[in-house]
Amino acid sequence: MKRLWWILGMVLLASLLLVGCQPGPRAAYGGVIKIGHVAPLTGDIPKVGEEGKFALEMWLEDLEKAGGLEVGGVTYRIEVIHEDNESKAESSAAAATKLIAEDKVLAIIGPYASKQAIPTGEVADRNKTPMISPWSTNPRTTKGRPFVFRAAFLDDFQGFVLAKFMQEEFGAQKIAILYDVASDYPKGLAEFVKQSAEELGMEVVAFESFTTKDRDFSAQLTKIINSDAEILFTPQYYDEVPLIVKQAHELGWTKPIVGSDSWGSPELMNLCGDDCVGSFFSTHWAVAGAKGAAKEFIDRFQSKYGYAPGDVAALAWDSAHLLQKAIQDCGKLTGNLEEDRQCIRDALANISEYEGITGKMRFNAEGDPVKCAIIVRINENYDFEFYKQVCP
Amino acid sequence: MSIQQIFNGLQWGSFYALIALGYSMVYSILMLFNFAHGDVFMVGAYIGLFVATAVLGIAASGLLPLPPAVTFVLVLVLTMFLTSFVGMAVERVAYRPLRDAPRASAAITGLMVGIFLETGNLALLGASRRTFPPLIETVTYTLGPITVTNIKILTIVLALLLMLALNLFIQKTKTGMAMRAMSVDYAAVPLMGVPMDRVIVLTFALGSALAGAAGVLFSMTYPVLEPYMGLLIGWKAFVAAILGGRGSILGAVLGGFILGFIEILVAALFVSTLRDLIAYSIVLLILTFRPYGLFGEEYSARLRI
Repeated sequence: MKRLWWILGMVLLASLLLVGCQPGPRAAYGGVIKIGHVAPLTGDIPKVGEEGKFALEMWLEDLEKAGGLEVGGVTYRIEVIHEDNESKAESSAAAATKLIAEDKVLAIIGPYASKQAIPTGEVADRNKTPMISPWSTNPRTTKGRPFVFRAAFLDDFQGFVLAKFMQEEFGAQKIAILYDVASDYPKGLAEFVKQSAEELGMEVVAFESFTTKDRDFSAQLTKIINSDAEILFTPQYYDEVPLIVKQAHELGWTKPIVGSDSWGSPELMNLCGDDCVGSFFSTHWAVAGAKGAAKEFIDRFQSKYGYAPGDVAALAWDSAHLLQKAIQDCGKLTGNLEEDRQCIRDALANISEYEGITGKMRFNAEGDPVKCAIIVRINENYDFEFYKQVCP
Repeated sequence: MSIQQIFNGLQWGSFYALIALGYSMVYSILMLFNFAHGDVFMVGAYIGLFVATAVLGIAASGLLPLPPAVTFVLVLVLTMFLTSFVGMAVERVAYRPLRDAPRASAAITGLMVGIFLETGNLALLGASRRTFPPLIETVTYTLGPITVTNIKILTIVLALLLMLALNLFIQKTKTGMAMRAMSVDYAAVPLMGVPMDRVIVLTFALGSALAGAAGVLFSMTYPVLEPYMGLLIGWKAFVAAILGGRGSILGAVLGGFILGFIEILVAALFVSTLRDLIAYSIVLLILTFRPYGLFGEEYSARLRI
């Protein structure tokens, strides 16, 4: 121990001397700030990874134009290292470990789905590296993990909003839920909606599940249709929603179908078409009806990549800017990875208000944002149209 | 339990049965489980997608106005034809050089070929999902409590017809006779002057053509295509082939339908959360009492080579 202090003291002294030789403050890390990005670039939801990557590329483009990021009088170049997690929990944790230990990143953006964000958050927190998951909405991602943050609102809040919406909008008394029992996000949200619905005095008459990669839902949907449910709620991803909605209609379901933020991918309507028109889902982001900075972001993304950005891109963009603000709020980078990571974490926790494109937000003690949810309706032009806003 | 669920089970079982046939046919001759078969089904679905896009494009351009029924038959037949070449290529490249190698080597090779097909597709076409264009307009019929679409009926009927045709081929033609003979004695048949390679290639071609047909019918019902779509259904169809009895054609068909029914009925009668657990426990139970499957003979599980 004594020896360690001795070495530490020498290193400190040496660095002081080195700093002393410089005319101004010296750039840490050779003037490059490395940020890790863990995303599903292949696997079940590659579009999610692609959108996140594009949003970060736009962010880097802005920084490049500005000549870099100024922190405490020193200008840094930001480098983003993209790691593919193949939409798998194991690969995601491994990618984060690599980024933290080998690439020595200051912070991580991602992963997106809760299935990967929950185990990856564990890795980031254990290694005291700040992580912002743009899209994960399961409480366990940030719970008891001071280094883990998120840009999306939580599943319990979303579950409450959805239950309230179904009751107020349709006067529903009986609802049916169909979800993937093997994936954290749908399972968590299905349970929260069930709980909130029951608290609001509604009855969940069918609570049916399936397993990831299933393509046939006829048995469950037949049960749902035979129950006297007035609404079908399904918190699935864009590759399953078209199959569920189409099969429900083919089996004779004509009542409303409601979804959650996982529906909000531009890819959804390419796969689903007319079957999804008229459905509702809760989300962080609506393209149709956007104003101000959000509109600017949408136009730029659209002209650059050829499609309108979904909530993933918007949340990745906000995550990157929250991180940028935290790094700047930090005031100065010491070059000591441990200290700088701690400093960025503290700065993130202390952001008092940030005006993002997905709305005004700040972090609560758990690292979860305090913000509003949006309900959108899928209209006849296949747009996700702003329907109403629900605040906590 | 409703009549509706019987229809659901019939449709779902049709896919298992069509794919299980490919496993069983190859097994009966080569004593080999072609683990790339699920991915041949996936390739079949993609071939179906390209054929459908091309045929619909031609029909839409006005050069050759085709009614939907003709389009559908054309897509189905062309896809079956093209997919059979995938099976033949797999046999030629992966299995023929290993014909005298231990069976385990061939089985592992099959797994590798499967991974090659999946990742090759991923590299060529990217990870984005593809939609299968509607070939026939979906018509929904409601008869009291039952709702069926024309596609559901078409799937069930066509699957049964294809199985019937296969059975006729195996029972009535000379090549079919050679196949049956080889499944009894692999070594003696070539001595009788039967061209072994040709029979084996044809077996792969037939199995793959059926997988191609399953690919088209599957994509019409579940029109979201992805490179790993053949994985789970391939494994489950393999279970169906084992359940029916290794190497038995009738067994594969019945195994497929039974497995489809078990899955649907368990979800319908119990909690769907436990579907696979209960469904595959039932399969295990059946195999405990009938280790050779429902129609398997003891000799079909014994190494003959």
